[in-house]
Formats: sequence, C-alpha cells, structure tokens
Amino acid sequence: MTASTLRAWLLSDAPRSRLQARAGQAYLRWISFKTNPLALVGLAIVVVLLLMAAFAPLIATHDPLAQSLDHRLRPPSATNWFGTDALGRDIFSRVVHGTRITLVVVLFVVVTVGPLGLLIGATAGYAGGWVDTVLMRVTDIFLAFPRLILALAFVAALKPGIENAVIAIALTAWPPYARVARAEAMVIRNADYIAAVRLQGASATRIVLLHVMPLCTPSLIVRTTLDMAGIILTAAGLGFLGLGAQPPLPEWGAMIATGREQIFDQWWVATAPGIAICVVALGFNLLGDGLRDVLDPKQSQ
Amino acid sequence: MNLARIGTAVGREVATVAVTFLGLLLVTFFIGRVVPIDPVLAAVGDRAPMDVYERVKIELGLDRPLWEQFWLYLVKVFQGDLGKSVLTSNTVAADIKRVFPATIELATLGTILGVVIGVPAGVVAAVNRGKWIDQVVRVVGLFGYSVPVFWLGLMGLLLFYRMLDWVNGPGRLGVAYEDIVDPITGMLVVDAMLRGEWEVARNAFGHLILPACMLGYFSLAYVSRMTRSFMLEQLKQEYVITARVKGLSERRVVWRHALGNAWVPLITVIALSYANLLEGSVLTETVFAWPGLGRYITNSLLNADMNAVLGGTLVVGVVFIGLNLLSDILYRLVDPRAR
Repeated sequence: MTASTLRAWLLSDAPRSRLQARAGQAYLRWISFKTNPLALVGLAIVVVLLLMAAFAPLIATHDPLAQSLDHRLRPPSATNWFGTDALGRDIFSRVVHGTRITLVVVLFVVVTVGPLGLLIGATAGYAGGWVDTVLMRVTDIFLAFPRLILALAFVAALKPGIENAVIAIALTAWPPYARVARAEAMVIRNADYIAAVRLQGASATRIVLLHVMPLCTPSLIVRTTLDMAGIILTAAGLGFLGLGAQPPLPEWGAMIATGREQIFDQWWVATAPGIAICVVALGFNLLGDGLRDVLDPKQSQ
Repeated sequence: MNLARIGTAVGREVATVAVTFLGLLLVTFFIGRVVPIDPVLAAVGDRAPMDVYERVKIELGLDRPLWEQFWLYLVKVFQGDLGKSVLTSNTVAADIKRVFPATIELATLGTILGVVIGVPAGVVAAVNRGKWIDQVVRVVGLFGYSVPVFWLGLMGLLLFYRMLDWVNGPGRLGVAYEDIVDPITGMLVVDAMLRGEWEVARNAFGHLILPACMLGYFSLAYVSRMTRSFMLEQLKQEYVITARVKGLSERRVVWRHALGNAWVPLITVIALSYANLLEGSVLTETVFAWPGLGRYITNSLLNADMNAVLGGTLVVGVVFIGLNLLSDILYRLVDPRAR
C-alpha cells in the first residue's frame, strides 16, 4: 500500500470496518496534534526519556554505581560529561540510569491510581444516592490533605524506601481521578445506550465495568499525563528528603540531596539531576496540554 | 430573608467541614496506630528500655480495641493534646505554636508576591491572546509546574547568595541579631518593625526574601494561569461589548470591568495557592534551614518522632480545610449570584 492510498484509507468517509474507523479517528487527532509545536516538543522529550531508560547501559559512559575516590568531585570534562560526585561516580551515567527509576515510579503509580480512581469515580457517578455521597466524602477527605505531607506521613509510618514511596504517592494521588471519572459517569449514565443495555438485563457491575468506565478513559488519560509531572516532582521530593529511593540508587531527588553539601563549591553535583527533573516534567506537561486539546476539547480553552 | 439563606448555606458548609475534619482525624489515627508494624516503637524510638516500652504501651491504650483507641485520640485532640515530641521533649502543641509563625510569614509573603505579579501577568496574557507575551507567560507558568522547588532553592542560594551576594543565606536571622527582639506575632520582620529595631528587620528581611520569592514563583505560575483563563471567559461576555460601545477606554474595560468579575473565582484560586505554599514550605524550609512547620515535620520524620509528624500533618490539614471554607464564604459574600 502506498502512502497516498493509506492516507485515503485512513480519511475515508465510509469506513468498512471498526479498525478502519478507529485508525482514521486516531489519524485525524494526530493531524491536529501535529500543528501544536509545544506539544511535539513534549512528545519528543517523552520519547527520548523512554529510549534512554531502555538503552541506559549503552548510553551511560560509566557504571553508575562504581566509586572511584581518586576522581571525586571533578568538574564536567570530556571523560565525565556532567562531572563526578563526592564518591567519584560519574554523574552523567547516574542521570541516565535515573530515568529507569523515574519511569518505574511513575508507571507503578499510574497503573494503581488510574484504575482505582476510575472505579471509585465511575461507581459513584453511576450509582448516585448514598453510594455517591459516601465515596465522594472519602475523596474529599483525601483531597483536604496536602499531597506531599500526607505522602510523608505514610512513608514515615511504613519506613523509607522506593516501594513505600510508590504506595504513599498512589494513596494520595487517586482523588482527582475519582472526581474526573465521576463527572463523566454522571453524564454517561443518562445516555440512551446505557438505558438500552439496562433493558437487556445487564447488571450494574457489568454496566459500570464494560460500558461506563471505558467512556471515562479519554479524559482520564489527559488527566494522567498532566499529573505525571506532579508524580515525578513528589517522588523527587521524597527522594530529596531521604524517604524515597535509598542510596546508592541513582534517583534524581536523592542525587540533589547529596549535592546539597557541595552546592557552593561543586555546583555541578546538584545541577544536572535537577535539570533532568525539569526537562522530563516539562515534557509531560507540554504533552499533556497538547493531548487535552485533541482528546478533550471541552476542557481546554 | 437573604441573610437567612446565607445562614443555612454556611450551616451546611460547616457540617460538611465537621465530617471532613473527622475523616482527617481518622486518617492520621490510621497512619499513627494501624500502619506501623509496632506503634509503640514508633512512639518511643528504637533505643527505649523495656519498662518505658511497657509503660507507653499502656499509656497509648494499645491494649484496648481500636474504636476505643480512636475515641481516646479524638478526646485528646479536642483538648489540644497532640502528645509529646520525643525529639524536643516538649508537647507537640507547644512546638507547633512556636514554629508555625515562621511558616506563615514565608507563605504570606510568597502569596503576596505571586498575586501582585501573577494577576497582572494573567490579564496581559489574556488581552494579548496568542501573541508572544501570552506565550512567555505560558512558558514561565509551565516551567513553574515542572521545576522541583528544592532544586530551585539551591540554585537561588548559589546565584543570589553566593555569587551575587544580594540576599542573606540560610536561616532566619544573622547570629549577631538573635534574641534582640521579643516575639509579638512570631513573624520576625513584623515583630522587629513593631519594636522599632530597624537593623534587625532589615537583616530578617534579607533572609526572608529569597525563600519567599521561590514560593512566590510557584504561586505566580498557578495564579497567572488561572487569571488568564478567567479573563478570557469574561472578555467574551456581552457586558464587555456594551462597555466598549459606550466608549469606555480599553484600560477601564479590562482592568475595572472584566477583572472585577474575574476576581470572584480568583479568590478560591488564591486561597488554594496559599494552602499549596504551606505544603511547598516543607521542601523549601529544608533547603533554607528555615525553622518553620515544614522543617519541624521533616526533622521529626527523619527521627521517627511520629507524634510530631502526625500533629504537624493534622495542623496543615486543618488549615487546608479552613482556607477552603473561608474561600467558600468569601465567594458567597462577593458574588450575589451565589447567595
């Protein structure tokens, strides 16, 4: 199939199959996404992040954990691009390997929080009545806490570590998702096709799981992408305070914490991981902004 | 008649707040007593001798059923008793009373800076929608959503304290100025000015300004973004066209009429941003060695001092709820349609 026939197939007004219709819709969205340069920058940053994480051992010039006390606190040079830290470890290699930790944290949080928030929100929105009231009150209570402080208290009770940091962030991150899903579900439950499914005798569980939840998903994807930066910043904050990933793991927040003592004399130790956090968070924010314009036009200006 | 209706609305609001507050207590209770593997150990620390351990276990009422423990916890909190801090050996309530003004001072100046710069920036961006100045405001705002506050603080110290020497370093006051001013409000700059100690006030302000600017930047990012979006909404309305047709100057239309209406939802945004700064202060205070509530919480945390951590968490949660309630009430007072 040549490029032009593929384009014609994608843009066809009368799609022959479900696949063709879906592919065509995705293509149209891509076309409008493509016109937003900032969103493309965001996409590029996220793609580079994924590639870096996948090929970290190939990209890194040194072993991220190898100490070399003869080479401690060297400024950036041809051999150590971002310099070395107090234990003589190569900061560039540590930043590169740090992408893996960042991605793992974000992935685990999103995988737990998305479905949980979706389930709670869709149930509350579809059921209404006292179920809605109770679930939303619980959500409000969690929203009433500042996120980082609640996560701090959880980690303090659970003992510091990267697994507990993930649990703590997940426990504090779900309420906004539940809110978004509920708002969607309240609109969807009055739709004709839901009434049709109900008349066919579908149970409430089936309706929520198979018919309400899938339709709440697009706005949740947007919400998730916009939330990624917040998750990364919270995880880095926990790492900075010594409550997230433990040494010698090359977590960016923890790396900034170790560079804190040398900030005035060896500025590069804390600078590189900080820039890495900024770039990645900015990438997710730009991508999320662009996705919102395409997937969720109601929400955008 | 109208006042009565506001009364019922406020009453309902207060009831909601009460339920939220109860939930807040339930969460802190859960974190303190149920999540840790050994709550006694969490309360007394690892190195406590056996008899202390046994005594505290009974003191904490851990031999009783959970609901009874929760009830005891509730009663204590309402008596203002948040337990004792292992680290400072004061009561947690006294500790918080001592450190909280420092945080308020920081967050208040941060919010003022954020609003004073953020609101005009948002208005200008909305008026010039799509032009370069709009893009600048947008990127500055997005960057604020992406930069870790603790890192920005370190970079700020490096640049403005070490390299340029424009501001004073970490801490709240130079050593030479300590213990000159008796506290009135607990906010050093204010106290020094009230007592007429201008040298002290100057020094304290030099310490305060950099962390406040850091927090102010985060407030600015949020406030300018929301102002822009509220202003765009207002500028589309018909009364704006009417005002223009009437021949009012563009400046008057934008800054008086449109912004006047945009203020209503902005109140909520500013309250939320203030609450967020209290949270941002946890990391900022650590970087700047600022002796406020955030540093108190993290210090206690690193020393496994659970009473202090939960007390601090509870206070921040209460402030959060309080600010939400306040913004709701203000909203009703300012906007006649919401009455």
